[in-house]
Amino acid sequence: MACAIQVSDLTKSFGGLLAVDHIAFEVKRGEIFGFLGPNGAGKTTTQRMLTTVLKPTSGTIAIMGYDLRKAPFEAKMQMGVVPESANPYLDLTAWQNLMLMGQLYGLGKKRRRARAEALLAFFGLSDRSRSKTRGFSKGMKQRLILAMALIHRPRLLFLDEPTAGLDVQSARLIREHVVDLNGKGTTVFLTTHNIEEAEGLCDRVAIIDGGRIVAVDRPAALRAALRSAQSVEVVFDRGLDGLESLEALPHVTGVKKAGEGYRLHTDQPGEVACLVADLARAKKRKILRLNTLGPNLEDVFVCLTRKA
Amino acid sequence: MRFKWQVRFSLAIAKKDARIYYLKGPVLIFGLFFPLCLFGAFVFGRKISPTLLMPGLLGMTLFFISSSATPVIAPWEALNKTLERLVSTPASVSAIIAGDILAGFAYGILVSLVPLGVGLFAFGLTLVRPAVLILTLILSAVCFAGLGTLFSTLPTTIPSNIMLLSNLVRLPLLFISGVFMPLERMPGWGKALSVISPLTYTCDLARHALLGRGYFSISRGLVTLFVFAVAFVFSSIQIHKKTMSKRLA
Repeated sequence: MACAIQVSDLTKSFGGLLAVDHIAFEVKRGEIFGFLGPNGAGKTTTQRMLTTVLKPTSGTIAIMGYDLRKAPFEAKMQMGVVPESANPYLDLTAWQNLMLMGQLYGLGKKRRRARAEALLAFFGLSDRSRSKTRGFSKGMKQRLILAMALIHRPRLLFLDEPTAGLDVQSARLIREHVVDLNGKGTTVFLTTHNIEEAEGLCDRVAIIDGGRIVAVDRPAALRAALRSAQSVEVVFDRGLDGLESLEALPHVTGVKKAGEGYRLHTDQPGEVACLVADLARAKKRKILRLNTLGPNLEDVFVCLTRKA
Repeated sequence: MRFKWQVRFSLAIAKKDARIYYLKGPVLIFGLFFPLCLFGAFVFGRKISPTLLMPGLLGMTLFFISSSATPVIAPWEALNKTLERLVSTPASVSAIIAGDILAGFAYGILVSLVPLGVGLFAFGLTLVRPAVLILTLILSAVCFAGLGTLFSTLPTTIPSNIMLLSNLVRLPLLFISGVFMPLERMPGWGKALSVISPLTYTCDLARHALLGRGYFSISRGLVTLFVFAVAFVFSSIQIHKKTMSKRLA
């Protein structure tokens, strides 16, 4: 199956600053692809090149098989875009904003009216459709922006930090809609620094740091590859006098106080759990809780972006 | 086919501009109220016949209205975070700028009917050459709207910077374009400077159309306005294509 996005040797420099450094990746059709990175890593610059807002310094991009440089019109017709911290037109109503976007994607009057009505209902904005968006809350604006990006039923949806700054309910609603759209076949390219969100939504993620891709894989595969980020969490009935006795255990690479207990980092969590039990007996402590923990995506992210 | 799509996109953008930008107070004040005040100052202050000043008022209104909002639309949209999404739609940069010009053009023509109506019905002017007037209004409105978008090529997101630049250019043009006195009465240096201003030809052609006389020939005026219009529109689109990325970076 052809890729939704194919990027090869993509570079962007601003003056002497290399913001994106010869990156290459592919996004398969039908997947939710997360694009993660710390601030200033090159996430938004990459998305802006993918959505034709910025011209690459070098490299090629294909969207649904269309070369972005040679066939930008065809490529743009395939995509819906929610840019970072975008706004609807505040002096237009929600309805007028949707009509404008429908016109800009070439929808006929009848079709764009039907789509706008359906989208407003889907996003719970029907009762505010004739209100100017100046009075909308941030969550309502974000839902409208998503609706505007979906007016032409795009096959590929770009989302740049779609839930940043939203309250819990609005963020959850947006995430549910994204999953729902993906279930109907829309490919999603999600740029975010919300690792929890990426882990919950994405089939695969790419991690970018310093303008370079440092990893592309399924979240589970990335976690599995990071054996050193495994740990054992233990809670005793009484605290230990210090961390020394835990630090002295074989295979333990680090110990941290974690809430009422301790977190011991190791690449052999099973063996360390047994040693902790022995230590508890020796120190006359009861174990209230003992867990072995795998790395989460945040551990992977921190590890990879620290190394890069 | 592709061209037809882009024309449709331009019309959609023009409609959006008209709804958002052209009913705002500053645009109406600068485009209509300001020329009327200048007109009043010259009529009452220097006892010049209002009839003689009507072509100048018409040109001045068209000039200020057509170029009033076009300079600030791009920076305003960048500032309000709406431009990035617009650029990512299938509408090309040419279509976006053409839409801005179209809105300035339509609004300029519409509002210039106000001084024209005042001249015809309140001051008893007669339309001596209606075809010349129609061509003058069309060419001038395109030319001035194009000039406005040319100002907006400066890749800034601060609209007041562009307004400053646009007024630095537009206001001096008023005094070298024969708005307040016919060109034949201007001093030699004034006449020499006047040929570089497109407003000169608008006012002169309006005199031909409303008073039956002018300084340049009608054909020279129309051809010069056409050249100015093409130059402003073409260069504006070309520069916007180059600077749009910088504005959004």
